[in-house]
Amino acid sequence: MAAVTPITQTPILETRGLTKTYSGIKANTDVNFTLTRGKVTALIGPNGAGKSTFVGMVSGRTPATSGQVFFEGKDISALPAHKRIQLGLAYTFQITSIFPGLSVAENVRIAARRLAGAGLADRVARALFRVDLADRADQIAGDLSYGHQRLLEIAMGLVQAPRLFILDEPTQGLSESEIQGFIALIRSLTGEATILLIEHNMDVVMALADRITVLDQGMILEEGTPQAIRDSHAVQAAYLGTADA
Amino acid sequence: MSLPARSNALHFGVLALMVVLFFVLPPYYAGNLSRIMVLAIYAMGFNLLFGYTGLLSLGHAMFFAAGMYGFGLPMAHLGVPLVPAMFLGVLSAGLLASVIGFLALRTSGVAFMIVTLMFAQAIYLTILYFSTWTRGEEGFVIQQAERMVMGIDLTSANARFTTAFVLFAVTFLGLARLIASPFGRTLIAIRENEERTRMLGYDATRLKWQAIVVSGAVSGLAGAAYALLFGYVGATFATVQYSIFPLLWVLLGGAGTTIGPLIGVFFMFYLIDISSSYTNAYMLIAGLALVLLTVFAPQGIAGELRKRVATWLP
Repeated sequence: MAAVTPITQTPILETRGLTKTYSGIKANTDVNFTLTRGKVTALIGPNGAGKSTFVGMVSGRTPATSGQVFFEGKDISALPAHKRIQLGLAYTFQITSIFPGLSVAENVRIAARRLAGAGLADRVARALFRVDLADRADQIAGDLSYGHQRLLEIAMGLVQAPRLFILDEPTQGLSESEIQGFIALIRSLTGEATILLIEHNMDVVMALADRITVLDQGMILEEGTPQAIRDSHAVQAAYLGTADA
Repeated sequence: MSLPARSNALHFGVLALMVVLFFVLPPYYAGNLSRIMVLAIYAMGFNLLFGYTGLLSLGHAMFFAAGMYGFGLPMAHLGVPLVPAMFLGVLSAGLLASVIGFLALRTSGVAFMIVTLMFAQAIYLTILYFSTWTRGEEGFVIQQAERMVMGIDLTSANARFTTAFVLFAVTFLGLARLIASPFGRTLIAIRENEERTRMLGYDATRLKWQAIVVSGAVSGLAGAAYALLFGYVGATFATVQYSIFPLLWVLLGGAGTTIGPLIGVFFMFYLIDISSSYTNAYMLIAGLALVLLTVFAPQGIAGELRKRVATWLP
């Protein structure tokens, strides 16, 4: 039995040589990235470091110029976005993306309905309860405040019970109390899902991340525990500049 | 009342109203009902794509014509009986829509509009090219003797109304049901935010293609029914004008509502009918009414109703 690798030992997500070029300009170069199962990994880096491009290539939204993406050990590089989502990947956009003309509950229902199984109303209610929007279920989503719309999008991800949940700057535009709620929510997900978080708010990163990957100029600059990243000279240089730069 | 109960009440109410109108209106107006209902089938087919899926086709006349010729040609040249010919009409339109949909969905937005417009023009020219069989612009008549089912003459006022009513009712209730189904809800999701729908794991392109096929087949049913009830098949029905009509009807009546298409056809029909009894410049009056409605009720009649009075309108 030694030859059989238990599934828990394959990384949930792996990229090899992932590269994206926009008319000659490299947004991502040769990104080799491995995501640890069941953990919260934060992807940080200065503006324009290629974070959104990277998760875009992982989710299939952005076609990669070259390189491969493996999900649960399976090469998904050739799969269109919707097929990747069907494998158990959920994605929230950097710029809130919901169905503004439909009710809050209908938004979550659409997200939930793709998955077979009974208890649709139950699952929808539970997802809304978790982001504290249960009492707004019947409102039109476009009428919600910006922060609530962001939480709604997170609920649309949660209801799919994803194995990998990619959140692109989820706390952008949230109030301080909403951010605390978000941190509690993500903590409650540990064990259920692996989380890849793009985040600018360092308090959120430090509160949530088990591991941090730093992207700079489209390349992985550093990877490690929050403490290691905090102490890294390379990271400090990338963020703050060096004396001789 | 719960939502489904309310929309059921509305839909059966509309159907009951049509029957009542047929019996209480003077013969001329009662006769118009058949034409209005057949055109409303066409408008409903268009509405599924435009109003619910958010795809604007400017070439739907090709599906209407496919239904019409798919019904009329086999009858006229091969002696196919009426009922199978109806199925052939719907099938032709559905097949055409599946091919056109496959090709046109490689584009989106304005390009989609242009591509559908061009394909429709190609179909129109094809009809003219094969005028040996289609008789081109002049068209051909389906004889009264052929328009019989089980000994019932469909050209009589009652039979014509009944036929139009049954086809209308089936389409009306069927599409209302489709819209309420998971498939229909997902089409609405695509209209609202296609990228989001895709990133929730739905194959948006495939769903849009399915919407085009259903929309095309329903439009074809309308074309076949038109030829059946009014006994004429002609290339006029494949012109750009007949691609624009459903857009106007649906915009006026309320895009993305189940009752909008019928309201829109009613409104346009009598707008032209009444204004042309006063003046030759009736298109001027019709045009003015359209402009006013677009300015003051941009969501169409049923759309405004939904906004102001009954938010539950399906």
